[in-house]
Order: sequence, then structure tokens, then C-alpha cells
Amino acid sequence: MSHAATHDQHDDHHGAPKNFFQRWCMSTNHKDIGTLYLVFALLMFFIGGSFAMLIRAELFKPGLQLMQPYFFNQLTTMHALVMIFGAIMPAFVGLGNWMIPLMVGAPDMALPRMNNLSFWILPFAFTLMLSTLFMAGGGPAGGWTMYPPLSLQSDSLAYVVFAVHLMGISSIMGAINIIATILNMRAPGMELLKMPVFVWSWLITAFLLIAVMPVLAGAVTMLLTDKYFGTNFFNPGGGGDPVLYQHIFWFFGHPEVYIMILPAFGIISEIIPTFARKPIFGYKAMVFAIASIAFLSFIVWAHHMFAVGLPMGAEIFFMYATMLIAVPTGVKVFNWVSTMWGGSMTFETPMLFAIAFVILFTIGGFSGLMLALVPADFQYHDTYFVVAHFHYVLVTGALFAIIAATYYWLPKWCGHMYSEFWGKMHFWNSVIWVNVLFFPQHFLGLAGMPRRIPDYNVAFANFNMISSIGGFLFGASQLIFLGVLIHAVWFSKKKATDRVWEGAKGLEWTVPSPAPHHTFDVPPVIHDDELAHGHVND
Amino acid sequence: MGQQHDAYFVPAKSYWPIVAAVVMFTTVFGAAHWLNAEPGDAGFGKTVLTVGVIGVLGMFFGWFRSVINESLAGSYNHQVDTSFRMGMMWFIFSEVMFFGAFFGALFYIRMFSVPWLGGTGHGTLTHEFLWSNYAASWGANGGNGPEHVGGTFSTVPAWGLPLLNTLILLSSSVTVTIAHHALRAGHRGKILVFLGLTVLLGALFLNFQAHEYIEAYKELNLTLHSGVYGSTFFLLTGFHGLHVTLGTIMLAVIWFRVLKGHFNKDHHFGFEAVAWYWHFVDVVWLGLFMFVYIL
Repeated sequence: MSHAATHDQHDDHHGAPKNFFQRWCMSTNHKDIGTLYLVFALLMFFIGGSFAMLIRAELFKPGLQLMQPYFFNQLTTMHALVMIFGAIMPAFVGLGNWMIPLMVGAPDMALPRMNNLSFWILPFAFTLMLSTLFMAGGGPAGGWTMYPPLSLQSDSLAYVVFAVHLMGISSIMGAINIIATILNMRAPGMELLKMPVFVWSWLITAFLLIAVMPVLAGAVTMLLTDKYFGTNFFNPGGGGDPVLYQHIFWFFGHPEVYIMILPAFGIISEIIPTFARKPIFGYKAMVFAIASIAFLSFIVWAHHMFAVGLPMGAEIFFMYATMLIAVPTGVKVFNWVSTMWGGSMTFETPMLFAIAFVILFTIGGFSGLMLALVPADFQYHDTYFVVAHFHYVLVTGALFAIIAATYYWLPKWCGHMYSEFWGKMHFWNSVIWVNVLFFPQHFLGLAGMPRRIPDYNVAFANFNMISSIGGFLFGASQLIFLGVLIHAVWFSKKKATDRVWEGAKGLEWTVPSPAPHHTFDVPPVIHDDELAHGHVND
Repeated sequence: MGQQHDAYFVPAKSYWPIVAAVVMFTTVFGAAHWLNAEPGDAGFGKTVLTVGVIGVLGMFFGWFRSVINESLAGSYNHQVDTSFRMGMMWFIFSEVMFFGAFFGALFYIRMFSVPWLGGTGHGTLTHEFLWSNYAASWGANGGNGPEHVGGTFSTVPAWGLPLLNTLILLSSSVTVTIAHHALRAGHRGKILVFLGLTVLLGALFLNFQAHEYIEAYKELNLTLHSGVYGSTFFLLTGFHGLHVTLGTIMLAVIWFRVLKGHFNKDHHFGFEAVAWYWHFVDVVWLGLFMFVYIL
């Protein structure tokens, strides 16, 4: 085979193309596509965030303030769909796109054109989904889980189902690409157990994506045929069962929860060693913990359905299986803390967010453990306690990790340092207001306030007002983030060094800042002491 | 790992991905409009859907053409080949999980929801209060639920056309394997004969399935509306039939590519990918034959 000549096939070998359409719409470059993903995720974060602001405004005091309940239901549904499929997941894929090839010494993703397709499906899918808000009859209002028979009452179902199909295709292709990149494109010497934990976390996450996104596609297809083609999957009169939908949905849904947190674990496992100036404690244990969590995620789905009326044996099985997850998760938290133990730590913005992640995610984990107890869950189910729980794991967990990763790698992406002062302002505002926002919701839930309701008993008024104030200020704090990003990318004068952080190790820090359009055209030679986990002895 | 790092290959820019995103959007946008069309305004959605589907077909044609041209130009080295193989394997795995959702639904309905509606085990109250006359069973007497949605129907007997179709698909797996061995040995005539046979067997399968559907609708009163029996029967066999259709088209394309001499004994990923896909479709059918027709 003659590949010597073919290597020069791409004309833009030494720099980005000048033509805007060619660069961004026809790209085969993992860095440009990664940037597209990240910018898209940021846009969706603000759109989904504005829905959240409206929700908190409506809940500021009892009684209906601003909107009709049906619109409120559309807001809660859309907030979830946009944040999960539009913000968190694309942000992780964007980080993976940018960093995985740099971390394993590959010139690009394994299947670069499919990579571009994976991204470009998303803006269209979200146009389709968000357009329903402006149609007669409005958007989906049955919750992001789309439980029948409620979800079948909305005409927007077809749009949402097709949008979910498109997002699923995008995710599956993205995941296939990541697996092929990690397994097939590593530089010689980059053995599997020398890979950064972030790469490991994405390898396992990609497997979860390929395994469960098609299951979601199947579930929503059954909704579609039940509504429009007269099938009876979820109609007991015809022999079906609405609970069947919940089983299929959560068989997807629980691994999906880990799809949104495992890459965050990877990110934190990169950042803490850098700023503690120590290798990660228990590298192999970290990798195996991620794998165990991924395995367990397939056998715990019915803990979302404890109150639906399951047979007792199922309740007990799913309760114990769920509690088992605390073991590998505990290993991870222990190892992050042990990595910091005795380290010479500094507290730049990424590290602050990473430490906040460890503490606040653990709170979310503990409330999850409470929810795992069947008898207790009968009380907590569908209350604000659940809302508080999953926002602790998704906002102070997944989102904080994404923000930490952005501060951590931003100098590598754009070549300039962000403003440390404003980064810290962003951090302290975020971390204070996010707790004002979500912590009182635990109390509301324990007192019995149901979720997905626009009005409530006056007994809940005070905590809701506190929560709303925290919400508005947390939302406003994210404008600082936007300002820091804009400043760093276009206005910052402070050049970043190649290594950026004193304690940073790994291949991505051996290339210049900003990373050139093409890196590792020739496979790098790996020196074990350059790697964060080059010497694995434990 | 057996990696070869002679030189990395990064493909040139291509407009096919963005075209693909646009035509996929057009297709589903049209389909959603069509599904929600009021009796009077049926035109718009259908038109957009048709444009979208034609666009998707054109996109596949164009994208694959450019990939085939690059492959023939020798652009793809061993590493790219491995990436393609991994891509196809994981794609088939995702398809397995897609069918898994429908098989899972079938098992749940047969093991739990129908018996519960009949008053056994866990969900006895529904039976007692709503449908105390319903004697749960699968198939013709009860598979359409306590309200007998869609009216009385009969099931398709397993040992008629479905058995024949099983034999046809199993034979086609044999013929495609013979063609593969012939490809490795470099006997182009033999490949064309056996690959052609595979395509014909695929078409024959689809023909019999069409017969079966017509018979089900016209004589057995087994329709998509026949309660959850009809739902699972037609969605499982229907999605499988769709995959057989795609597989047959892919095999036919490969036949023409063999005719044009695109493959040699070392370099025939396209052939293998389609062969894997065909075996996958075959295995799914065995599951269907077992759990939809026989049991």
C-alpha cells in the first residue's frame, strides 16, 4: 500500500483553512469539531438556563405568578432535555474530541468525517425540538422521561421523538469514533494502562452510549407507534403496560446518568494530580472503579420506579444493587482525597472547581444513597428531594467538572491565560449560590413538596424564595464565566506556556499553546516520566 | 495491538457530513409534519418527507462513492482499515441493542404484563376491578389484551412460510460465506455466483414476508392494531424486514463492486462489513423464529 503520497492529501496541512464554511462546516479536524461542540454546549447551557430562571421565577412565591401551568410543564420538560442532551453530553464529547487525540498522541479522531456529522446533527435536532415551543399546542410537557400515557397526549411527540432519534444517532457515532480512536490510534508505547484517567473514563462512557442509546430509540419508537400507528405497547386494554415503558426507558436512563458523570470523574482525576503535584493515588483502582460503576449501571434501573408498584423481590434486588454503587464511588472519592493528602497544593480556578466537585458531588451521592432505600424512597419519590439530589450530581458534579476542565485546558486551546481574579469570582459566586439554590430543596422535599408543580402550599414559601434567589444569582454568576471566556479567547494579553500548569503531566502539554491545527502528524515518542501515570506500581 | 504506524491518514474535507445532517433533518421534519397533518393539509409534510428521503439516498450514494474512490486510489492504510472494522462492529452492536429493546418488550409483555392482567402474580387488582373476565394467554385467544383490541385474529403458523424463510436465510448465510472464501482464494466467478445467490435469497425472503403480511391482514385479521400481539409481531418482524432490505441492497452493491474488480484478497473491508451485517440479520431472525413464531 502506498500511503507516503496519500498523507499529503489534505491541502490544509499546516494551518486552518481561511474559508469560514470550509473550516467549520466541512471540517475533519478534531480541534475545530471539539470547539464547535463546546460552543454549542455553551449556547444550550444558556438556553436551558433561561428556562430554569423562568421556573424559579414562577416558584418565587406560592400561587401562579407568570405563566399557565401547561407552559410551566413545557419549561421543566425542555429544561431537562436541553441540559442533558444539549449541554452536558455535547460538552463532554467536545472535551473528548479536543483532548483524547492530544492525550494518546493521535493526529486526529479515527473517523474524522463521521465526527463532523456527529456534531452537525445536533443543531438540527435541537432546532426541531425547540421549534415545538412556537407551534400550536406547544412543546412537550410530560417531563423529559416522556412517560405514557401523558406524553402521548401532545402533538409535539413526533417532533421530540425524531429529535431524540437524531441525538441518538449523533451520540452513537460519536461514541464509536471515540472507541476507535482510543483503541486504534494511540501512539506506540501508549499502553492501555498508561492512558490518562480521562481517556479511560471516555472509553467506558462510549461503551455505555453505544449500549443504551439504541434502547432509548426503541422506547421512543414504541411511543411513536402507539400514538400514530395504533399499536398497544403501553395500553393495558390491548395487553400492554405503561410500566413497560418505564423499564425500557430507565434501562437507558440509568446508564445515561453515568454517561453524564464518568467523564467528569476523568476530568477531576486529571486536575487534582496537577495542582496537588502528585500522581493520582491508586490509578488502577480508579480505572476499575469506573468500570465497576459502568457495569452496575445496567442492573439498577428500577430504582427510579420504586413507587410504581413493583414486585417485592424486584424492589429488594434493585435496592441492594444500587447501594453497591457506593463502593466504587467511595473508592474514587477516597483516592481523590488521598491524592491531595500531603501534596503541595495550589488553588487556581480549575482546582477550586475540582475540590468543590469532590465535596458537593459526595453530598449528591449521599442523598442518592438515601433515595436507594425502598421504604425511604416511598416518601421521597417525586419530591424536591429528588430534584435536589440530581442537581447536586449534575450541576455541582457534571457541570462543575466541565467548567473545571474548561479553565484547565482553555490556555491550551486559545494560547492565552484567562483572568485568574475573575475565574475565582466566578467560582466563589457559583459555589455559594448553587448551594443556596439547591440545598433548601432537600428540606422542601423531605417536607413533601412535589416536583414539576407550578404552585405549592404556603408552608413551602420561605425555602422556595431562598432557592429562587440562589437560582437567580447562580444564573447571573454564569455571565461572569461567559465574560472570562470571551476575554481569554479574544482580549487576554497573557501568553500561556506550553506546559501551562507547573504540575501538569501528559502528552497534551508537550505541544505548543495554542495547540497547532494539526498535532502528532508523526507519532510522538512516549517517555514514561512525561506521563501522569507512566509508572504504575500499585 | 498490531498497530501499524507507517503514516497517519487524515481524510480531506468533505461536504457530505453537513449534507447528511441537512437531509436527515428534512426527512424527520417532514415525517413529523405528516404525522400531525390535519385531514385537509396532508400535502406539506409528505412533500418534505419525500424530498428528505431522496436526499438521504443521494447522500449515501455520494458519500460512499467518494469513499470508494479514495479506497481505490489506495488512500486507506492498515490503520484506517482497522478503524473502519471497529466502526462496523460497534455499529452492529448498537443494532443488537436496538433489537434488544423490542425483544425485551416482548419478553416483559409475555412474562409479566399479560399474565398480570389475567389476575396471576403481581397485578391482581387491575384484573379484579377492570377485566375480571380476561383469561390471559398469548396468541390468538388473549394476545390482544382484555379489550380484544383489533378483534379476533389468528396467528401465523410457524411451520409454513416462517420455516421456509428460516431455511432461506440460513442458506444465504452459507452462500455469503462461500463467496467470502472464494474472495480470499481469488475466484471472481465463484464470488459472483454465490454472492448473487445470496442477493436472490434475500429478495426471496422479502417476497415471502410480504406474502405473509398480506395473508395476515387479509385472512387472519392479524394487524398492527391486534393488541400487543400485533404490536410486537409487526414491529419486530417489520424492523427485521427493514434490515433485510438494507442488507440485500448492500449485498447487491457489493456484487457490482466485485464485478468491477474493487476487491482483492487482502483488501475487501466493504465485503466483510456487509457479510457481518448479513450474519447479524440472520441471527436476529433466529431469535424471531424462536420467540415470535414457535413459542
